[in-house]
Amino acid sequence: MEISEKQHGKISVLTPVGRLDNETSAEFQVKLLYTVAESSNVLLDLSGVEYISSAGLRALMMASKKSKATSGRLAVAALTPMVREIFAISRFSLIVEVFETMAEATAALG
Amino acid sequence: MAGDGTTLIRFWGTRGSIPAPIGYRAVRDKIREALLAARGRHLESLESIESFIDEDLPFSVAGGYGGNTSCVELVTGGEEYVLCDLGTGVREFGNRVLAKHGPGKHHRFNVFLSHLHWDHIMGFPFFGPSYIPGNVIRIFGCHPHMMDAFVRQQSHPCFPVDFRSLGATIEFVSLEPGRIYDIDGLTVQSIQQNHPSDSYGFRFSRDGKTVVFSTDCEHKFQVLNRSYPFIDFFREADLLIFDAQYSLADQMSVKEDWGHSSNMIAVELAQLAQVKHLVLYHHEPMLDDRMLEKVLEETRNYAVMTHPARKLTVTSAYDGLEIVI
Repeated sequence: MEISEKQHGKISVLTPVGRLDNETSAEFQVKLLYTVAESSNVLLDLSGVEYISSAGLRALMMASKKSKATSGRLAVAALTPMVREIFAISRFSLIVEVFETMAEATAALG
Repeated sequence: MAGDGTTLIRFWGTRGSIPAPIGYRAVRDKIREALLAARGRHLESLESIESFIDEDLPFSVAGGYGGNTSCVELVTGGEEYVLCDLGTGVREFGNRVLAKHGPGKHHRFNVFLSHLHWDHIMGFPFFGPSYIPGNVIRIFGCHPHMMDAFVRQQSHPCFPVDFRSLGATIEFVSLEPGRIYDIDGLTVQSIQQNHPSDSYGFRFSRDGKTVVFSTDCEHKFQVLNRSYPFIDFFREADLLIFDAQYSLADQMSVKEDWGHSSNMIAVELAQLAQVKHLVLYHHEPMLDDRMLEKVLEETRNYAVMTHPARKLTVTSAYDGLEIVI
């Protein structure tokens, strides 16, 4: 799994690529929690994530709780079809903000 | 387990937390949907009507999941009955035993109790065979003071018939988690589960068939790997009955530490343990039949996503379901 990071105005954008599963979620969690601690506006570009398991979603949940505790925002965007379906199955769409595209997300968070 | 190499598992109660009987409005909605679906169909014969109900209507319209709380029967083929839990489903089980054999024939019942929360024992005061002298009811479990919970729920002012006045011989047998027992030819092992005041799962084996009953367990792990003890406990089970009461989001947020799991965790554990057939169990009482049907479809989709090359059968338990393995 590769996770790149860039700044889009006041938004910290993380772009993981690959599978977010039992093998990779620990690394993802460390990176995500660190970013949420450093920035109040965090956006995940999930266009390169082909699958996310409960372990990946747990990392997202921890980050979401941490972000909400400091009145920050955490959002995800550009979900691949399978990840979109997993968000629906897990009901995580009710937990974190989901945007169809990165453009919509950056407009909303910016 | 039935002596002919097959095992029958009969679900008498599948709901979690509290009974959830279907009401007038839900029944009326089903009738309306069925009639709408029947428009333009030629349903003159009884056979065509039966076929229409079974093959053309969704399960949520043609039937439903039921509202009784936890109770599952394992048909072993022997004289002694085997049950898991004593939720409200046990009332109908008891009625069936009495209807089939009459009150004069005596029976032995071996009950494996996951825990003492109310929804898992509340059917016992209405279990007809408990009133009949000559019947023997052995309640196996890993909790200390099991009897106290039964005495409390069946005493003044909660219930008019005192537990100690029941006609049947009722014994409580303590099991040690992890130890393997032979009970009436059934190999039984239990495991401690994460639930308020603890619960215990049971693994039953006989004639090369294995059924695992694992309800009321919140699986919490940072990373799921093969060292997680439940992987061994579930390993290669022919049937895994699993607490999937919540969505993953609920399990990890507002309902964290409430002691239940989700359909996604069920699939991931079943895949790792190479379970053959997963049964979603202990349904959330807030979910109606249509939602439970949707959860089942989503769970089957997730099973394919997690392991496209492996066939994991997924069923959602309902009151009256019978599975032969």
